[in-house]
Amino acid sequence: MSDRIKEKLNILADAAKYDVSCSSSGSNRKNKDKGLGNASNGICHAYTEDGRCVSLLKILLTNFCIYDCAYCVSRKSNDIKRAAFTVQEVVDLTINFYRRNYIEGLFLSSGIFTNADYTMERLVQVAKKLRLEHNFNGYIHLKAIPGASEELMKEAGKWADRLSINVEMPTEKSLALLAPDKKREDMIKPMQYLKQEILANKEEKKIFKKAPSFAPAGQSTQMVIGATPETDLEILYMANGFYKTMNMRRVYYSGYVPISNDNRLPAIGTPVPMIRENRLYQADWLMRFYGFKVNEIVDKQNPLLDIDIDPKLGWALRNMNLFPMDINTIDYQLLMRVPGIGIQSANKITAARKFSRMTWEHLKKIGISMNRAKYFIHTDSEFEKKDLQPLQIKQIIMQEGNSKYKPNFSSQLKMF
Amino acid sequence: MNIVIYDGSFEGLMTAVFEIYEYKIVQPNIVNSNKETGSLFGKVHEVHTNKDKTARVFKKLKDKLTPNAFSNLYKTFLSETREIENLLYRYIAYILSSNASVENDYSNPDVLALQQLSRKVHREKHRMEAFVRFQLTQDQLYFCLIQPDYNVLSLISKHFEKRYADQRWLIYDSRRKYGLYYDLKRVEEVSMRFENDFNDKAALKTICDEKEELYQKLWCIYFGSVNIAARKNMKLHIQHMPKRYWRYLTEKNNIN
Repeated sequence: MSDRIKEKLNILADAAKYDVSCSSSGSNRKNKDKGLGNASNGICHAYTEDGRCVSLLKILLTNFCIYDCAYCVSRKSNDIKRAAFTVQEVVDLTINFYRRNYIEGLFLSSGIFTNADYTMERLVQVAKKLRLEHNFNGYIHLKAIPGASEELMKEAGKWADRLSINVEMPTEKSLALLAPDKKREDMIKPMQYLKQEILANKEEKKIFKKAPSFAPAGQSTQMVIGATPETDLEILYMANGFYKTMNMRRVYYSGYVPISNDNRLPAIGTPVPMIRENRLYQADWLMRFYGFKVNEIVDKQNPLLDIDIDPKLGWALRNMNLFPMDINTIDYQLLMRVPGIGIQSANKITAARKFSRMTWEHLKKIGISMNRAKYFIHTDSEFEKKDLQPLQIKQIIMQEGNSKYKPNFSSQLKMF
Repeated sequence: MNIVIYDGSFEGLMTAVFEIYEYKIVQPNIVNSNKETGSLFGKVHEVHTNKDKTARVFKKLKDKLTPNAFSNLYKTFLSETREIENLLYRYIAYILSSNASVENDYSNPDVLALQQLSRKVHREKHRMEAFVRFQLTQDQLYFCLIQPDYNVLSLISKHFEKRYADQRWLIYDSRRKYGLYYDLKRVEEVSMRFENDFNDKAALKTICDEKEELYQKLWCIYFGSVNIAARKNMKLHIQHMPKRYWRYLTEKNNIN
């Protein structure tokens, strides 16, 4: 019995790992009646050798699937070992991992077996059992199965902290090419439903504090990048749309890991587009936390993010007419836009300059990255004297800076 | 230089601060009596920890500081770094000397140093909340050994009490030789001696619950399975999970 469960875990964790979300924050579930667990800010309990955070027990209920999406390891036509957990097995694993402080909770997804409702119903059962029979207050993220009924979605939101529906591909065209059985509409419709329910629940909670929560950590989505020829412009506009119109908490970008010899897809052995993925996340952060509009990051003339420099530096170099800025007077919003200054440093600078005029010495101590920032700011007496063109600045920064991607680049080239 | 000796407790340090003002001690050098200090030149003033004096310092500081900055004082004290007493004294003196609120004056080296150190301690607290790996014993106690860089047990107590409200647990700092024990009602500080090395698998079997080995194994399988080999990045892995913590991490000791 224990060997079988080991094998199942091996198969079903392996198949779930391409879902990149591992966030366990954003909920505020309290420990109820001296039960088990709570969910608040999220903790990464471990990091895998690829450097990704392990916060949740992320597994599929089963990798049997009726669909044949080309980019997915669990596609029907793929000749792999199949397995399925029982509801009780998932519950036991979750509880026992949680009690040992291995995880923050459960992220349960599944291949589609029989039909959408049948699958969704089982996912909901797991969450319900955890909450009701085990008084489990840890984090639960359920995948909402496209095409499942609204009643089941509603039930899922009652027990889960977060729900997500993956949009899978950045454009409808790519989806039609790689996942002919799936329709974009089947994904967008439930997203809209969830958005309405989440917003309605928020309003309800304002009036009745004790009203039961509906997916308090909101909804998220994911798209595979690098499997199809979309530009970063298309990808980021799509993400921006999700943030603006769907109230998404997060959009995840999953660099395509080649897993198939299908000639519609990059061949096995093609490097994972990790740097591009990282640039997309940086752009995503600029939109969500730094007050950038999507059209400041990419536009028709620049549909692709620079691979060798980050998007904030890229923006600054395209807008040199705005610089250099006076570090002692510019407002917070602009301060955050200076390359080399992050949110934390911007906070510190605005606090500190109430007491004294900032000098470069101060800025270094505070921890801003002067090798970038110095081309874009000046203090009362200090500034970078050389009159440099954007391209020259870029070259100097790249030479001086030790990009974390340099070693990555070379190891990837060596591997393949 | 005037030497001020205190007993190593946070309350003791606050008393010392009080007495530096009370006795107008100039150029104080505060020294922990439990630590090797080498030769001490200068006048020596010995501090006896005093509740009232501590409370008066606390009250004054609470008036002057935001709750966050106030709690940073204690956090930085837990770092146990060299000269921490004198840094805290200089910081407090600066706070008290100024009429305006100066806790965010990062152009002052002591304010900045304190802020940076408190962040380090906070990060260590967070790491311990992440890296505790409980093992279940036959008498249904979840226990774990840790060796944090800083003395953060008191900072993580609340977190574990709230989260694991329905199981008995023990978290033991094997370097500082004391731990936290939760008995389903409250958390207490305990010290005890361990005979066994809990990383020894044979010893483990004798005291652990029969299912413990299985779940450790399952966790290791899981840890291995979620890794994407095509994205291997050991530098990042080690940056997030520095090697000094591996000793007590199940997934790093139990592979196969």
